[in-house]
Amino acid sequence: MPEQSAIVLEPANDFLFFVQSHTGENIASCYQCGKCSAGCPTAYAMDLTPRQVMRGVQLGLKDEILDSSAIWLCVSCQTCSLRCPREIDIAKVMESLRLFSQAEGRPPAQREIAVFHSAFLRQVRLFGRLHEVGLTITYNLLSMHFFNNIKRLPGMLARGKLKLMPQTMKGASEVKQIATRVKELERKSS
Amino acid sequence: MSRIGVFICHCGTNIGGVVNVPQVVEAAKRMPLVAYADENKYTCSEVGQASIRDAIKEQRLDRVVIASCSPRMHENTFRRTVATAGLNPYLLEMANLREHCSWVHSDSKDATAKAIDLVRMAVAKVARHESLFPKQVGLTKRALVIGGGITGIQAALDIASAGHEVVLVEKEPSIGGRMAQLDKTFPTLDCSACILTPKMVDVSQHPNITLLTYSEVKEVRGFVGNFEVDILKKAKMVDYVKCTGCGNCWQACPERIPSEFDLGLGRRSVIYIPFAQAVPNKPVIDIANCRYERYLKWKETEEGPEPPQCRICEGVCPTEAIDRSQRDEIVTEKFGAIVVATGFKTFDYSVYGEYGGGRYPDVISSLQLERLMSAAGPTEGEVLRPSDGVHPKNVVFIQCVGSRDDKVGRPYCSKVCCMYTAKHAVMLKEHDPEVQCYVFYIDVRAGGKDFEEFARRAQDETGAVYLRGRVSQIYQEGKKLKVLGEDSLMGRLVEIDADLVVLATGMEPSDNADVIAQTLNISYNTYNFLIEAHPKLRPVETQTDGIFVAGTCVGPRDIPDCVAHGGAAAAKAVVLLSQDSLTTDPLTSFVDPMKCVGCFACKEVCPFNAIEEQITRDGRTISSVNESLCKGCGLCVVACRPGAINLRGFTNQQLLSEVLTLVGR
Amino acid sequence: MAPVESNVAKSIAERVYSYYPGCSLHATAAEYDVSARLVCQKVGIELRELEDWVCCGASAAHSTDHLLSLALPAHTLKQAEEKGLPLAVPCAMCFSRLKFTLHELENKDTLDLVSRAIGKELSTAVTVKPMLQVLADENISLPIAKLLIGLKVACYYGCLLVRPPEVVGFDDAENPQTMDRLMERLAAEAIDWGLKTACCGAGVAFARFDIVLKLSHRLISLAQRSGADCIAVACPMCHANLDMYQKDMTAKFGQKTELPVLYFTQLMGLALGFSPKELLLDKHLTDPLPMLRKKKLI
Repeated sequence: MPEQSAIVLEPANDFLFFVQSHTGENIASCYQCGKCSAGCPTAYAMDLTPRQVMRGVQLGLKDEILDSSAIWLCVSCQTCSLRCPREIDIAKVMESLRLFSQAEGRPPAQREIAVFHSAFLRQVRLFGRLHEVGLTITYNLLSMHFFNNIKRLPGMLARGKLKLMPQTMKGASEVKQIATRVKELERKSS
Repeated sequence: MSRIGVFICHCGTNIGGVVNVPQVVEAAKRMPLVAYADENKYTCSEVGQASIRDAIKEQRLDRVVIASCSPRMHENTFRRTVATAGLNPYLLEMANLREHCSWVHSDSKDATAKAIDLVRMAVAKVARHESLFPKQVGLTKRALVIGGGITGIQAALDIASAGHEVVLVEKEPSIGGRMAQLDKTFPTLDCSACILTPKMVDVSQHPNITLLTYSEVKEVRGFVGNFEVDILKKAKMVDYVKCTGCGNCWQACPERIPSEFDLGLGRRSVIYIPFAQAVPNKPVIDIANCRYERYLKWKETEEGPEPPQCRICEGVCPTEAIDRSQRDEIVTEKFGAIVVATGFKTFDYSVYGEYGGGRYPDVISSLQLERLMSAAGPTEGEVLRPSDGVHPKNVVFIQCVGSRDDKVGRPYCSKVCCMYTAKHAVMLKEHDPEVQCYVFYIDVRAGGKDFEEFARRAQDETGAVYLRGRVSQIYQEGKKLKVLGEDSLMGRLVEIDADLVVLATGMEPSDNADVIAQTLNISYNTYNFLIEAHPKLRPVETQTDGIFVAGTCVGPRDIPDCVAHGGAAAAKAVVLLSQDSLTTDPLTSFVDPMKCVGCFACKEVCPFNAIEEQITRDGRTISSVNESLCKGCGLCVVACRPGAINLRGFTNQQLLSEVLTLVGR
Repeated sequence: MAPVESNVAKSIAERVYSYYPGCSLHATAAEYDVSARLVCQKVGIELRELEDWVCCGASAAHSTDHLLSLALPAHTLKQAEEKGLPLAVPCAMCFSRLKFTLHELENKDTLDLVSRAIGKELSTAVTVKPMLQVLADENISLPIAKLLIGLKVACYYGCLLVRPPEVVGFDDAENPQTMDRLMERLAAEAIDWGLKTACCGAGVAFARFDIVLKLSHRLISLAQRSGADCIAVACPMCHANLDMYQKDMTAKFGQKTELPVLYFTQLMGLALGFSPKELLLDKHLTDPLPMLRKKKLI
């Protein structure tokens, strides 16, 4: 385990207050039973299990939590929220932490995942619908994993599962308008 | 002219910290008819009470207002104080400056103004108080104990030993309750049946105890010292005078159904005793499942195929004790005191879909494990997997199933599960040294005498692995059960291939605990636990005089606490029954015969059936109040249109004076 | 425009739905679209695809831009509302996003904000149903041409159809039975297996292929060990994760991982008499045809 100096705890826990008030979830009521972690499909790959993420919020460890890979590896499967005995919507907390991390401009601990989301939305903003070939190309470029999934291409093409050209439809311009309005509304509220 | 004394309490800082008490005292001094006003730090203390007594004598006070806490706390105390100073105890009024003022407001200025108003109202009311005199009524020196588990047994034995008659009503065919289902008890590992059955036999043999098994309480009327109870005695179909308990019938009975006592793991016959050491050791016929009873029912309509005319039990009975002419009967008995000890059942774990929802036979509850471990159980004491009868090697225990879980509506801790799982870990190791136990816990609660040492023994000496974390899911894979959890102390996920999974299910009150509570008119909470009169100081009494509660029907607790509880309730009952008469509460309604028109609206609203008819000298039929039954709730006063009925201690004039003084008139 | 209520009543009686296929059904998950349409046609359900529908935003939107993640589905909800028919949604992700959006739109401030984002006044009076619910409706009679006798199906629901229960309101979150019962109506045997709602790895196939491989392998492995002949799915992402990488799983985990993964609509199609070619059964990367031949179902 890497060097970890003691956590110096102080009375004002702004981070806990911030997360609770923005999510509406009572994170202080988590009694660390671990049922969330035990049912989480990607917990094995996380640096902190979901329970530890909740603990980190409880102790105000903002940097550790917002820089963690856990918040990016959460796939929103909702198993944790379904089973939590304190009825905390843990998936919503993980998602909110992901959004807070981005709002602060922190580099995502799972770069490829963030790149994927970005490539996906880029396609949607351009064409209104997801163009899978375009997504693959964009993702490969942005992530710099240039040959990702290349070997699957022939098989998919042979089965007619890929459309090389994106569909054009009226919806594309509507999505552009929506995206613009959303940006504007978000700018106003921040 | 009245001379009213006003005593304002600081109650430490409870009142004084918010309300400006000296200011209230000054205001009180200026109120009409107030001859004296003073303050006390703790009025209920010896010092405080003495100051009231002295003031009454020295200032020749004839009425008293005590402005302090809720009357629920100390009204009785202060009535006694006032009585010892020579005043009628009902010439007292309390103003609640605590629960109604300082505890619910934070602004000192507003709270003080309100306190002054409350005192002014109390002064106006007490000026109109009259002396009231309680009456003496007789009582029935018999006790009813509802529930024949260890708590009810203990209570019945203690009351009976004090020389009073006891009737013990139990709805199952035998007494013994949950304790009879246990194999061993923590922390001593005593054999449960060995310590319970002598007490069961004592109950059956005690000259003062009448045991009514297979019976239920249906209706309760009356009041403390004078209860009238309708008891339903279900038809056993067996004459207990002739029956010798030889067992021929239940051995010969051809029908087998899942046994309730063995929680579905074993089977029993239809004419049956629930377990070998049952008391009484005589059977009942489970009519719903009896072949011959089904035949008799078929005979009424002759619709459908004809069932067999069984009657094998009658054939093998040497004393002709089977009596199918028996019917359910209701008997009415009188009692002075009632003790409720209806016990608990375990949480139904099938609501946890993630643990199999009850589909997996090798996922069982702790109580079911007890039945497996019990030598008198369905597997004769061998711990075998219900699915294939194989000895399990990996046994996983999951704590807090149906406890500490808001999601299933059980946020409370069931108190005993950490201890009984530790016991199971110890016992399983004794049964089979090859077994490996895993316990998934959140916290280990071992607060009783010798409990921590015992829990440590399970963790340190049996090789049981204690893992801190709740299990997220269990699923069947082939012959094994896959258990997915997290060890939160290492922060790593864990997976176990279990042969048997034991769920430590939480405690909740027995079925129909709410119905019993409603029948007796006592309070119960969201989870159907009965509510005691005061959680700290009055653990076995209820708000209803004469009705006592004990054991797990009040809240989760273990056997020693249940025995203590049962004894405590018995002591309270004995105190009641050892009196020769009881003092009634004079705060009852009374009818003005000149105003009553005989509409009986009061009778319709009275929840205690306290309104009776009377004929006046000029031949009118009007209402009259049975003061023994009246509880002073005041509904009749509200319902009465001519304003003929009034409530002593809360008369219309007294209440109106409070309102008028508040609005400044 | 007629009020929404009367149109909905009519459509439940006549079985007419607006249809929102979602991005993948027009491309890699064409089999789902084709088979769903064929089955609907056969049982008398009319699907009217929304014109110029847009992407629901999937996980990309909700993971990075909250308002966008509500605005995109809201656009679709508005289209559905204007048509006045209930909306049939085959893709579990689209279904989930639409339901989440409806759930959040219960809050008046959110409703106002999102209405401004899409430039239209929204309402929550829209019925959204997953295709599984539409076709499993016991009031629909299934003119079965071929009973799927002897076919053991591991019904896989995935995450988004059943969780969170207060948002999606569909079936039981721990032990759903809709697909199982549907399979039984087709005379197939729905086996009891423990991971029917466990996650397959969702959308991280590109970024964290190792995770998808591990989680999907776990599912296929258990289904195999539980005696399944195939896995039935109701989600194009689950299908892709389970179907596409079985050779990689065999290579990585050292045990032969091979189990056909079919859309439940394809199984329905087979039972209703459509041919494998019509149902695009030959388009899957893990070939189901040998198994179906062996079971004498084709």
